[in-house]
Amino acid sequence: MSDSSVPRSLTQANVGRRGLLKGLAGVAGLAAAGPVLGACGSSGSSSGGGGGGSSNAITFGSNYSDPAPKQAFAALVTGATKATGTKITINTVDHNTFQQNISSYLQGTPNDLFTWFAGYRMQFFAAQGLATPIDDVWAKIGGNFSAAAQALSKGLDGKYYFVPIYNYPWVVFYNKSTFKQKGYTVPTTWDQFIALAKKMKKDGLVPFAFADKDGWPALGTFDIINLRLNGYDYHIKLMKHQIPWTDKGVTAVFNQWLELMPYLQSGANGRIWQDAAKTLESKQAGMMFQGTNQVAAQYVTDKAPLGDLGFFPYPVINPAWGQDYMDAPTDGFMLSAKAKNPAAAKKVLEYIGASGAEAAYLKYDEWDVGLAQGLSVPSYNSIQTTSVQAISTCKAVSQFMDRDTDPAMANAMITLIQQFINNPTASTISTIQKSAEAQAKTIFTG
Amino acid sequence: MAATPGELTSPPATARRRRWGRVRSLTTIDKLVVVGLLGVPLLLDLFFIWTPALASVVLSFTRWNGIGGLHARACSPPPAPSILQNGCWYGVQNYHQAVTIYPPFWPAVVHNIIWLLVFLTLATPLGILFAVIIDSGIRGSRIYQSVLFLPVMLSLALIGIIWEFIYSQNYGLINTVLGRAGNANAIDWLGNPHLNLWAVLVEGSWRQAGYVMVLYLAGLKAVDPSLREAARIDGASAWRTFWRIIFPVMRPINIVILVVTVIESLRAFDLVYITNGGFNGLELLSVLVTQNIVGEVQRIGFGSALGVVLLVISLVPITIFLSQTFRREGRA
Repeated sequence: MSDSSVPRSLTQANVGRRGLLKGLAGVAGLAAAGPVLGACGSSGSSSGGGGGGSSNAITFGSNYSDPAPKQAFAALVTGATKATGTKITINTVDHNTFQQNISSYLQGTPNDLFTWFAGYRMQFFAAQGLATPIDDVWAKIGGNFSAAAQALSKGLDGKYYFVPIYNYPWVVFYNKSTFKQKGYTVPTTWDQFIALAKKMKKDGLVPFAFADKDGWPALGTFDIINLRLNGYDYHIKLMKHQIPWTDKGVTAVFNQWLELMPYLQSGANGRIWQDAAKTLESKQAGMMFQGTNQVAAQYVTDKAPLGDLGFFPYPVINPAWGQDYMDAPTDGFMLSAKAKNPAAAKKVLEYIGASGAEAAYLKYDEWDVGLAQGLSVPSYNSIQTTSVQAISTCKAVSQFMDRDTDPAMANAMITLIQQFINNPTASTISTIQKSAEAQAKTIFTG
Repeated sequence: MAATPGELTSPPATARRRRWGRVRSLTTIDKLVVVGLLGVPLLLDLFFIWTPALASVVLSFTRWNGIGGLHARACSPPPAPSILQNGCWYGVQNYHQAVTIYPPFWPAVVHNIIWLLVFLTLATPLGILFAVIIDSGIRGSRIYQSVLFLPVMLSLALIGIIWEFIYSQNYGLINTVLGRAGNANAIDWLGNPHLNLWAVLVEGSWRQAGYVMVLYLAGLKAVDPSLREAARIDGASAWRTFWRIIFPVMRPINIVILVVTVIESLRAFDLVYITNGGFNGLELLSVLVTQNIVGEVQRIGFGSALGVVLLVISLVPITIFLSQTFRREGRA
């Protein structure tokens, strides 16, 4: 891995949105010059709208602003230029800024192609008419992707709007050395899971490192328990508010979570996930449920032994669903509605959708994995090869609550789940279910 | 005490009459200059302050996700799907939802008020105390001055990060010193919703006290030393000298500090945003506005309604301040 020596911020792409702001604020503060956003790098050259003159040039808006993803993205684009003969101008914007301005960006003078996320987050902008359907691209690249990946790339109208580049699984991490030393075995059912947690507690370990200061990490726990208990269709319907939040199924999810509470690291609302990952690294904690994009990336940042890090998919709760589903957030690319050169842009998307392109990108990435079927990436480490297996055995993957539902609803759930963590009782559960439903009504139906 | 501020500042009556006399004999160029100097700021003020403020008030009665245009049609009653409910007239629904079903709203109002009260009753008086002590000429006053002023030079975002190192549960200074950095008994300064507002207020006061100190120190240096001398000769104690002589003489500075304190409290945002994004015990109206408007949550109408609430709250101290100022000037 060529990039293990590259200093990277704790905030990998799509992860610590607030964390990144901190980094920027630090820079701005130390430099004591200019407003915070002045520190946001806008490297690359063109700032939107360029490339209209030549039929063989496009612009690409990118939020891959951290050093490693930026390098990987540059490699991808170089490959695309070589293969298609299209001149591509990259417009890199700090990813936090990019996401905050997406709405005005797409309505203003967007680049031809832009980086974005699968799920409702993509479908929302497609439904607003801000993206161009790319069914003709998928007619050529469709065979490279599994049904699950194809479904992820479709808008609410059933047309394709998205070409994926990588994803990563949300799984339970552990240190192989700890399991070996204490004789623990990987649990596959809920009862084994709780029994293992009990044993760890007796052995003086924190069974689960847990953090939710940034609000979003605990949404993942809700997602996985809901997927295990109620299945994928239920989860997605709930996210789109086709099932009310006061439903019995949601109560069951929180009750299940209640069982887990005594084994989660206390004071999660005051801890950033990086610190939780550090308790796992230092072997004070036995397990941690989060994405590889965070935990494995943190191991690399802290120069902890990545080889010792292992993971297993969340255990079975309801045998009807087994371990069929998980959150595997997917990033990729879209074609803006105002693209100046859609024909050339589609050619580039076709290239990216071919499996070789993903490998070019992943050469610079130690925790994400490609989606193309039969993709061979020689640079994969053990985390990545097991990630591929874990994701490929899933019948469907969800994206993560803040990508699968309206962002306003995700914010509402952040507040409510933090309340649950502060005070995990049956009465809290009924209060937050009522509040979630009342807010969902105003957000989804007015 | 003879030296009341009114007498110090108001010009003699004859001078005032002369000034009005001059106004009548303005040349055309003078008039143009006056129109330019008043008109340009007025236009800027209207354009950059009043237009957005009024636009926010209008938007607060709509339901809009920021995409596409606004129209005058009323939103159809629920359960119409939200995607068809865009840019439409929503009446007072946003306000109604904010006060009834939006859980962070009332905590945010309460936190804004607590913030204001803590700044008024603790941080600002502490700054004044620092200034008075330093001004009394204690040894090493320059060092104290620099140390206390240091936080003012840092951005609030940076202050939030610095204090995070102090408060952090497992790796923070306080828990380490107390020997509680373990997992079971660590004090969750920033995560416990009953503690974190106060923890953040300590951060805010750390900066505010230094800020007030500098302002007050500048004022104290400008106080005529003969006043103090006279008080000393009359045998007044230090306490009495301050409250009966120095404090009243410093009225203009006191007003500035009061205004600064109110402004700093109402615009509080950076510290809580950097600490946890304004969730879980750190809700403030300014953060709720941001959460709903900036970023992917595009509830422009709802966020505007919250902004209008903040505007109304801000208008209370502003109105009091302006009416007081104008009344005094009218009397003078």
